[in-house]
Amino acid sequence: MLELLGVPPQVLFGQLLLGLINGSFYALLSLGLAVIFGMLNVINFAHGAQYMLGAFAAWMLLKFAGVNYWVALVLAPVLVGLLGVVLEKLMLSRLYKLDHLYGLLLTFGLALIIEGMFRHWYGVSGQPYPIPQALAGGHNLGFMFLPTYRGWVVAVSLVVCFGTWFMIERTRLGAYLRAATENPVLVQAFGINVPVMITATYGFGVALAGLAGVLAAPIYQVNPLMGSHLIIVVFAVVVIGGMGSILGAVLTGFMLGILEGFTKVFYPEASNIVIFVVMAVVLLIKPAGLFGREK
Amino acid sequence: MATHSQTAPSRAEAPRAGQGSPALKWAALAALLVVALVAPFQLYPVFLAKALCFALFACAFNLLIGYVGLLSFGHAAFFGSAAYVTAHAVKVWGLTPELGILLGVAVAALFGLGFGFLAIRRQGIYFAMVTLALSQMVFFLALQLPFTGGEDGIQAVPRGYLFGVIDLGDNLAMYYFVLAVFLAGFLLIYRTIHSPFGQVLKAIRENEPRAVSLGYKVDQYKLAAFVMSAALAGLAGGTKAIVFQLASLTDITWQMSGEVVLMTLLGGLGTIFGPVVGAFLVVTLQNYLAGTQLPVTVVTGVIFVVCVLLFRRGIVGEIGALLKGRA
Repeated sequence: MLELLGVPPQVLFGQLLLGLINGSFYALLSLGLAVIFGMLNVINFAHGAQYMLGAFAAWMLLKFAGVNYWVALVLAPVLVGLLGVVLEKLMLSRLYKLDHLYGLLLTFGLALIIEGMFRHWYGVSGQPYPIPQALAGGHNLGFMFLPTYRGWVVAVSLVVCFGTWFMIERTRLGAYLRAATENPVLVQAFGINVPVMITATYGFGVALAGLAGVLAAPIYQVNPLMGSHLIIVVFAVVVIGGMGSILGAVLTGFMLGILEGFTKVFYPEASNIVIFVVMAVVLLIKPAGLFGREK
Repeated sequence: MATHSQTAPSRAEAPRAGQGSPALKWAALAALLVVALVAPFQLYPVFLAKALCFALFACAFNLLIGYVGLLSFGHAAFFGSAAYVTAHAVKVWGLTPELGILLGVAVAALFGLGFGFLAIRRQGIYFAMVTLALSQMVFFLALQLPFTGGEDGIQAVPRGYLFGVIDLGDNLAMYYFVLAVFLAGFLLIYRTIHSPFGQVLKAIRENEPRAVSLGYKVDQYKLAAFVMSAALAGLAGGTKAIVFQLASLTDITWQMSGEVVLMTLLGGLGTIFGPVVGAFLVVTLQNYLAGTQLPVTVVTGVIFVVCVLLFRRGIVGEIGALLKGRA
């Protein structure tokens, strides 16, 4: 491989990989937001805090109970998802008949509470989480070095995103779900318990955020504020992609992660804001979002 | 995406402006003015000035959510950018405080024009997300631009001499200056919402498609309201920079945007005095919490949750409803 665009290939591919990793998290989180919004019409502002909870759950399971990464990968999202179920039952379910803004305000308050408590207990410094033995090391691909764990994160994210898409678009359960978003009264009349479905949907969306948190724990340090910047980027991703389609949310997430990686190579100063710039451009050209179905 | 209920989303809980009789309002206003004039002899003027800055900020925010139905989650961008510009203009260029503040307002208004132009293309919840994302962009600019002092902010901003004559170094003089600024902003907002322009804004809030079909250029009205709200938020931010002699990243983070949402929600969305009451309560609470071990964000979050679940009308809104005898 020659020098690509005046950048050493190691640097270019390294940053692209980092972009792909970030994209995996954007995709997972915007997918969860889209699923929740589709069913509940609530923008879940606590999504970033719940992602942080997933990472902390994995860290605590390891530290206090000696539970390894593989078990935590299943257990932590379940725990965070169950917390989501409780929140939905106790609070969110009271707001469905009101303006959608109240759901946003409530989950914003929840995010403040969750992040504030963890910040109070753990400060702002991160806690390290070791990469599991089986995923340590890496492969030399010739043009770049691929750490195994990072490849694993991208793979898991792709599988989970595709699995969620399949479940919603191609199964009977997904058909009920889509029907309930269109006409809950009619679906209820057919004998399907819509309130339970709504609760389960929120729990599932929150569990996705928790899963992203577990995946992130060995890469980034486990930190109380890890979700607070991420959630805003994910909001921008959601605005760019529109929340009309599951695949759209996933695709947009990956694309923007890669774009961010590119920016880091060629113009690092702008890497923090490139996604917001893209959002502004998309708003000018196609206000409903790339995959949006708004009128 | 379809809504939950078959009917249109209920606006029964939507804030209603103009509760209470006009006479009562003016009496309340006069009483408040007297209180405001004697207050600095009882309480610490700098604290009062801070509360007034945030009260103005909250009123500016309330102009959008309460009277146009637009929830902006990015108002810290205007507040903070004006604070930076004012601080820089006064400290480095040696402008008088009022000119520095005006410059800050101008910059905030420009940002408002740009943001508003993009944000009003989306509605409701998307509007909130767009404003939040745009304000995060401004936050990164503040973090990375050379003149903002990065993590330190711009410190030791001289208060200077108002119109080159009045020494704002004196806390009492400074308080009365801030009070004058607040009253000017407050009256401007009051006049605006009671003008024909304000009536159109309310019509847009109640039923946008109908406002469109009546021939109003809805987008222009929304944009004008957005720019005005941004400029007033900038006025609050610039004044704050003079009072505290400091512009820092705190003023421009999204947590600050959340704070102003909280003040307005707590006081009462779409009420005239609500944001003022809410701002005073939140600032007092923060002052009190600073001396305790309680984490401020957690308390803030709890108030948010309680407000949304239990009294969505806010304090002033609930009182107004009681006075009307339909609590």
